[in-house]
Amino acid sequence: MTIKKTLGTAIRALRRNITRSALTVLGIVIGIAAVIAMMEIGKGSSGSISKTIASMGANNLLIFPGTASTGGVSFGGGSSLTLTAEDCDAIIRECSAIAAAAPLVRARPQLVYQDKNWVPTFVYGSTPAYLTVRDWSQMADGDIFTDADVRNASRVCVVGQTLVRELFGGVNPVGKEIRVKNVAFTVVGVLTAKGANAFGMDQDDILLAPWTTIKYRVSGSSTASSTTASTSTTSSANSADSTYPGATAIFPAQSSTQAADAPMPVRFANVDQVIMSATSGEQIKPAIREVTSLLRERHRLQTGEPDDFSIRDMTESANALASTTNMMTNLLLAVALISLVVGGVGIMNIMLVSVTERTREIGLRMAVGARSRDILRQFLTEATLLCLIGGLLGLALGRGAALMVQKFLRWPVESSVEAIIASIVVSAVVGIVFGFYPAWKASRLDPIEALRYE
Amino acid sequence: MSDTLVKLNDIRRTFRVGEISVHVLRGITLEIERGAYVALTGSSGSGKTTLMNLLGCLDRPTSGEFWLDGVEVSRMSSDARAMIRNKKIGFVFQNFNLLPRTTALEQVMMPLAYTNSGLSERDAKKRATDLLKMVGLGERMDHRPSQLSGGQQQRVAIARALINQPPVLFADEPTGNLDSRTTAEILEMFDRLNRTEGITIILVTHDPTVAGHARRNIRLRDGMIESDTIREGPPPTLPSHGDATHPSGTERQVA
Repeated sequence: MTIKKTLGTAIRALRRNITRSALTVLGIVIGIAAVIAMMEIGKGSSGSISKTIASMGANNLLIFPGTASTGGVSFGGGSSLTLTAEDCDAIIRECSAIAAAAPLVRARPQLVYQDKNWVPTFVYGSTPAYLTVRDWSQMADGDIFTDADVRNASRVCVVGQTLVRELFGGVNPVGKEIRVKNVAFTVVGVLTAKGANAFGMDQDDILLAPWTTIKYRVSGSSTASSTTASTSTTSSANSADSTYPGATAIFPAQSSTQAADAPMPVRFANVDQVIMSATSGEQIKPAIREVTSLLRERHRLQTGEPDDFSIRDMTESANALASTTNMMTNLLLAVALISLVVGGVGIMNIMLVSVTERTREIGLRMAVGARSRDILRQFLTEATLLCLIGGLLGLALGRGAALMVQKFLRWPVESSVEAIIASIVVSAVVGIVFGFYPAWKASRLDPIEALRYE
Repeated sequence: MSDTLVKLNDIRRTFRVGEISVHVLRGITLEIERGAYVALTGSSGSGKTTLMNLLGCLDRPTSGEFWLDGVEVSRMSSDARAMIRNKKIGFVFQNFNLLPRTTALEQVMMPLAYTNSGLSERDAKKRATDLLKMVGLGERMDHRPSQLSGGQQQRVAIARALINQPPVLFADEPTGNLDSRTTAEILEMFDRLNRTEGITIILVTHDPTVAGHARRNIRLRDGMIESDTIREGPPPTLPSHGDATHPSGTERQVA
């Protein structure tokens, strides 16, 4: 019996009892619609949940320079001067798992505005990318400083909400001038409120300026170098790079032959740390691998030499993120499975009724030459067809429901191709699995008995 | 026309009901030549339906040999027997056994779904249409069973039985559910099929009017052949209501 004939027979049989077919399909329609709607709504919510968690820094990675030591005295993590702004640029350029990266220079100066003074928890020198990394791009007022400001070491800054309250008394500070350790800065923007971080520190107590400005105009040197006597590289001794100011070439440039003959590590303006964000939670591990190999190459570390930097991730929050997403997915899967099983049992039920009701028809078909496998195939095809039709209708209904939810309840909804493919496959499988028993029962009928069945 | 179509050799059929064995057929030996018109008669419980099921390849004998059209079918697998039923046998039932809510044309074409003939949809439709015209239902091809009278339903069933051009047509009480006028119509049709198309007809009946149309009458009793009579002479003239009860012609006892 060809597939075409089987399909034709199945369609004719289903059409013969259109009400029953429709009712049978209803179970699957509702099941699949529930699955699709749940998947879309769930995926939307879990997406927005992970976004929220990610904004707390779950995707963030921090690079600290390694430990410097002199004469057996270690100066602690972050004390060597190996990390540069160029490293950060290279990471942005070459690491695909990194969404954004920004160098960071720390300081802790006193701020003065008119008759008030304040020492913020965080005074960071960075690039505009810092806000991207921290998922903080929305400004309450004004704008972030530009990359040109970073190159020019412009005396501009943006301030957090706590500063606005403490230093400016709630007055809009954009355009005002404040003094940071006796250097005059113009406030160009105000950050939105971010609240406390996981350790209770006020994240709004922040002044953000170009890192070049903080490094060369405010600290004079990095916090690390001020505690490290052994390292002789100061900003003034930096050479060969004109991207940033304060790096006057004091030696004649090497020819390429000289460079090849005497490879000499060149120290650039170092930064205190680099903060990065991975493209997603799953990309954290690959990002660490990529950055490690890139930095080892840039720092010319031989195989076997230890890293002169360390990378830290927010494992705790990342785990929270992963478990939240997992739980959400599993929950939805459970709901989906239950509704599909219910739909499948419905199909089985109706198919069994149908087999009993059509016993005579089965007997007749056998008498005119249907083999038991033809009967099996016919009933399986009917069940599968019902489920597929139900699946398609359910798909439409589910998507419709999800769109309605999005439109009227304003819940985030995310359509998923996997869910659509899965629901079609699953409905076919449900048809085959739950259609098999009735079909098998039909195919086992004895034609003589079946023909005589009343 | 004298070659053998059906040959039974010591066919026995035993049913097991719990511990008890019921011997329904107890050694049937029989030959039916191509083109015959045979009536199987006997009181109820005589085994005629069981014999019919065996002849129709719906059932397998417990022992014995059964050649149909030169092929031994008693030991065939159920799939092979299904093929035989599809190609070589047409069935007509007492209760018509038409599919509900299905047009006459689709009913007739239904067995073709199980045939590997490579017959195109158009040819299949043509053949079914011709058959329906032949049984006099050319105008009712789109009618469903509920829109047809009993006699018309049985004629649809006959057309369906003939769709694969089988050499033999089995009819199990084909007129049992019909009134005498439609009975006459159906029997006339059988006569014509047998005479002009050369189709072997084997029918089970306990109605002597019906049995009278057959040229050979096999009477069963307690699972054995009680009598086997062949009526010589011309086929009976078409009965006009019940006067065929006593068919003319000389009868000769065989076996």
